[in-house]
Amino acid sequence: MMENDTLSKVLYIDLTKKKSFVKDRKDLFEKYLGGTGVATELLLEECPEGIDAFAPESPIIFAVGPLTGAFPLASKTCAMFKSPHTGDLGESHAGGRSAIAIRMAGYGAIVIKGKSELPIYLSISNGKVLFKNATTLWGMKDGSIAARVMRQTEGGEGLRAIFRIGLAGENMSTFANVTTETYRHFGRLGLGAIFGSKMLKGLVISGKQMIEVTNKKAYRAMYDKIYNMATESPLMKKYHDVGTAINIKSLNSARALPVKNLQMSSTDSIEPVTGEEIAKHHLARRVACAHCPVACIHLAYLREPYDDDPYFYKTTPVCYDFELIYSLGTMVGITEPKALLKLIDIVEQVGVDAMSMGVVLAWITEMLEKNKITKEDINNINISWGDAEGYIKLVKYISKPTTDFLKACSRGVSYASSVYGGKEFAMQFGKNEMPGYHTGPAGYLGFLIGARHSHLDNGGYSVDQKDLVKVDLSPEQVVDKLLDEEAIRQILSSIAVCFFARGIYGLDLVSESIKLLGFNYDEKQLHEIGKQIHLNKYKFKMREGFRLEKLEIPERIYETVDPTGKITKEFINRGLQYAENLIN
Amino acid sequence: MKLAVKDAMRCVGCQSCMFACSRRSGNAGLSNTCIGIKSAGGISRGYTVIVCRSCENPPCANVCPTGALVPKEGGGVRLISSKCIGCGLCKDACIIDAVFWNEQDDKPVICVQCGYCVEYCPYEVLELIKDKKGVSHDGE
Repeated sequence: MMENDTLSKVLYIDLTKKKSFVKDRKDLFEKYLGGTGVATELLLEECPEGIDAFAPESPIIFAVGPLTGAFPLASKTCAMFKSPHTGDLGESHAGGRSAIAIRMAGYGAIVIKGKSELPIYLSISNGKVLFKNATTLWGMKDGSIAARVMRQTEGGEGLRAIFRIGLAGENMSTFANVTTETYRHFGRLGLGAIFGSKMLKGLVISGKQMIEVTNKKAYRAMYDKIYNMATESPLMKKYHDVGTAINIKSLNSARALPVKNLQMSSTDSIEPVTGEEIAKHHLARRVACAHCPVACIHLAYLREPYDDDPYFYKTTPVCYDFELIYSLGTMVGITEPKALLKLIDIVEQVGVDAMSMGVVLAWITEMLEKNKITKEDINNINISWGDAEGYIKLVKYISKPTTDFLKACSRGVSYASSVYGGKEFAMQFGKNEMPGYHTGPAGYLGFLIGARHSHLDNGGYSVDQKDLVKVDLSPEQVVDKLLDEEAIRQILSSIAVCFFARGIYGLDLVSESIKLLGFNYDEKQLHEIGKQIHLNKYKFKMREGFRLEKLEIPERIYETVDPTGKITKEFINRGLQYAENLIN
Repeated sequence: MKLAVKDAMRCVGCQSCMFACSRRSGNAGLSNTCIGIKSAGGISRGYTVIVCRSCENPPCANVCPTGALVPKEGGGVRLISSKCIGCGLCKDACIIDAVFWNEQDDKPVICVQCGYCVEYCPYEVLELIKDKKGVSHDGE
């Protein structure tokens, strides 16, 4: 890496002692580039084996990459932690201004350990870490208010990232998330709960430093090449126009979209919540992550009249995308857009992962239908498929649970079903709730063997849609494809490029662009580093007790029709067996 | 030529203009940017786009105690870096916050109205207006 690059500076923060220091970790960055690669190593170093995820020693790690702040589309921060949701690897990526702010503040990674005795938030700028009293922000029902207070109190407008948790994080729901810039999330796997366990309400970070480049001419030429691809080529058009929500229509027609807890894989009443229709009637604004011209973040405006005053309206901006329309829409039988937006809004307010919450709500609905629980278990409220009002109440109760059942639900469907039954329709894979892709066996194998948490983290859904609908592949061939793709995605998340830009950043372009920042690796070497990072993640997972043979798979996936017709126990088991041999 | 904000409502907050402005130096990062994009009180309310309006009687130059900021014919100022002592009075004098600061050099960075940023705004928020001496333009 470049001599003067501050990428290798790691900021270590101790919340117990209220102290911080910086250490140069060129050793890690030169070997693993940054992002996921470096964060995995820091996690292996910092996280004591077998520790309770909520123990003070349990670390939170954030890492950005060499391209962050230098080239467009490289604005992802990788968060790594021991997941309280699954008990093994917790990894979550977020955009917004998070990565740019960390890099421009002069760091490549941040390690947070310890536990504060009172609620605090961190203010990081100009080489200083300040520990601010957040007592007054604790317990607010809407997490965005706490962010607003931090915004008004702290400096660095336009250059800062504001991370914060909501009520669910404070109450340590294991699928609580950390929100940054109001609409981006370190979702899934419970980073918000770890913040809560440390009494860390949030952090504000900003900076505007220079990243020195030696070959300035080549740098500007490479920049233009990538920028033009991002703005002019069709590669990013899907994300730019209707956004990921464009997939709702096609997955529904292909019978790959989970409906009512995957009792079905399509619905006749999809039209009002397709990406196209929501854009037509509700889209108000599109916004971007810092240093990304694509602007894939879609904000709808929800206009609701107040009952007691006909000329008084509440207008709420609500961010939506494919996964939210699936999880808080079709998965719970909601296909009315205003109802969907209202449910999304409450999920944002309490600060939980939308996919996990949607799957939890769907599972509870079915548990009630099958008389496996009673209304007393859910505080005597009425819930039914498609009824947003009932679900809005339930989201609040799960985020601040009062009954034993709701407490169990705040830990996700894997845990809740281990206590109350209903495992066969508890839609989790590796204890993590499913994303909205019932595309075929490759998708499910991807969820099970992938090192992260979602459809986008492995190529499974793509193998289903491009290959398995047309040709036969053996489970072994599918697993080989998945692992090969995993290696590439580890590199992308290590240089901190958004996976939406994977069509632009092939390993050849990665090699050329990181060279300008002093990293000399060819495509083949990068592929090998990617494989190694994937294995390092498995090292952590296995160390914490993860075993492929222990995975529980809900029967429901074998019962509901899918586009390939190939989701069988034999296919999945053979794939898992093969992956196990390879990984071991 | 004057840099102007054509339509701030189209701004998506991608900051490509800020990075472009800083990249004129050939380096990456944001240290040299003299254009600012910030949310207008939360992202959902859109963005405030801050560019130098190249005032004809520039307050920033008027308060400079060392003559480091020299008014240009037709508006705007030129920075003579060797004369600048980094006192920051110019920054305070600009009420739209368009005098930016290079923290490493501890000196202001002043827009030279080159229009490089315009080329990197994919949403036509910015424009470069041909401006005859003494004729005001309708940019914000």
